[in-house]
Amino acid sequence: MAADINAFVTEATIEGDADADGPLADATVAVKDNISTEGIRTTCGSEMLADYVPPYSATVVDRLTEAGATVVGKTNMDEFGMGTTTETSAFGPTRNPVDTDRVPGGSSGGSAAAVAAGEADVALGSDTGGSVRCPAAFCGVVGIKPTYGLVSRYGLIAYANSLEQIGPIAGTVEEAAAALDVIAGDDPHDGTTRDLSEVTGADPSASYAAAADGDVDGMTVGVPTELFEGADERVVETVEAAIADLEARGAETTEISLPSVEHAVQAYYVIAMAEASSNLARFDGVRYGHRGESDGNWNESFAETREEGFGAEVKRRILLGTYALSAGYHDKYYEKAQDARAWVRQDFEAAFEDVDVIASPTMPVLPFELGESLDDPLRMYLADANTTPANLANLPAISVPAGEADGLPVGLQLVGPKFGEETIVRAASAVEER
Amino acid sequence: MSDTAASDDGAAAVDAEEVRHVADLARVRLADDEVDEFAAQFGDILEYFEALDEVPETEREEELVNVMRPDEIEEGLSQEEALANAEETEDGFFVGPKVS
Repeated sequence: MAADINAFVTEATIEGDADADGPLADATVAVKDNISTEGIRTTCGSEMLADYVPPYSATVVDRLTEAGATVVGKTNMDEFGMGTTTETSAFGPTRNPVDTDRVPGGSSGGSAAAVAAGEADVALGSDTGGSVRCPAAFCGVVGIKPTYGLVSRYGLIAYANSLEQIGPIAGTVEEAAAALDVIAGDDPHDGTTRDLSEVTGADPSASYAAAADGDVDGMTVGVPTELFEGADERVVETVEAAIADLEARGAETTEISLPSVEHAVQAYYVIAMAEASSNLARFDGVRYGHRGESDGNWNESFAETREEGFGAEVKRRILLGTYALSAGYHDKYYEKAQDARAWVRQDFEAAFEDVDVIASPTMPVLPFELGESLDDPLRMYLADANTTPANLANLPAISVPAGEADGLPVGLQLVGPKFGEETIVRAASAVEER
Repeated sequence: MSDTAASDDGAAAVDAEEVRHVADLARVRLADDEVDEFAAQFGDILEYFEALDEVPETEREEELVNVMRPDEIEEGLSQEEALANAEETEDGFFVGPKVS
């Protein structure tokens, strides 16, 4: 099965602590291949890092193995996390276990596919603009993008630092929440993590798994019109039916408006590409990674190394990011994108004065067929319309299976207020119990 | 603010020369057919980004604090570990390409 869907780049084992007990003891976990594993190559789905072996493990990997989970392999991904289909990997596309002619979503497609195919109990992905939630939706499993600062990024190979978080993928809401319980918490190696005892309104002793109790009685669910407009009708019908079931369980739904999200995809791509152009400058073939045979000077050698090591989508984003930051264009693109980001954040803050969670389709479309969107990058970017707002606003979000349309999985996304992971887990568990 | 990327109809047009310039800044060599493909795609993508012009100027108040730690010596990678992934090393150093 593993070979059929190409979920893993590398199958290798890191044994979990045999003496540990708790929900993850004896669980198997698949780790996205941009999360460092000591002694096991970590490729980011790129030719550039095909032979890179990290000298240390990411904090999240140590926390999982200390909790008793055994790592079973490194999962395939869009190159450096840049894609919505897992087709931009240098190691070939991953197939969707539900329908192998379709993509699993991306960029954490290997992680979601591994869980959906039963290759691992739990998986880790990273979510910069939807990369955990999109593949969870397309493969019919659960994915959580935590609040920015809840989970350590130490050992995560950076794509766009201000947006990304590592998050769990699992077959059920409770399993995903249990994995989040293990990986969450401040880390001296990542200065952007927060100590929840110092965050107003957050509960440092919260158990996310315990919040999966299905009790939505009295909960207010905001339904933003902007995130339904333009979505595939079959997706909208499936998601609306799931929301109606939440109402039947005692939740109250209310239509809301988030006008800023119309600009979320543009703002996301400008910011992510700008950060990527800076982050990926480190890949010059000197300290690690592929190195071209060039006998030219410093600049020629770097340019050749990077031509050979990076795929087309990574080059596109580095170049567009460089362009957006260059003299004469910085104000036009980057500054406006930061304005849009602040606007999105304020829109959500205002909405959460009246509602507890915000529900929408995770993806506005059903899973693409393999090859369908690869030649049209803009079309692929537009599929991120509903997931990117949570990254721009630093908010927690979960994708939970809402049902099927034409035999394909449809994901419902629930976004919560900052550090409101318990609320989105609770609401998602009610969706799952339908 | 310079607005040279916008052609008369307001759409962002990017020509091959601009793609080459940016690729040069980013130290990424491109094949000729890649330059043409990127020029066409960048035109579409930048035209889509134009919609950011409609975004109102927004107050950006973020509660950001510096995170400090005591400046104490901690165990780090050994020299051998730090060099282990390098393509070329010499006497415990990285070897880079020639400067000129």
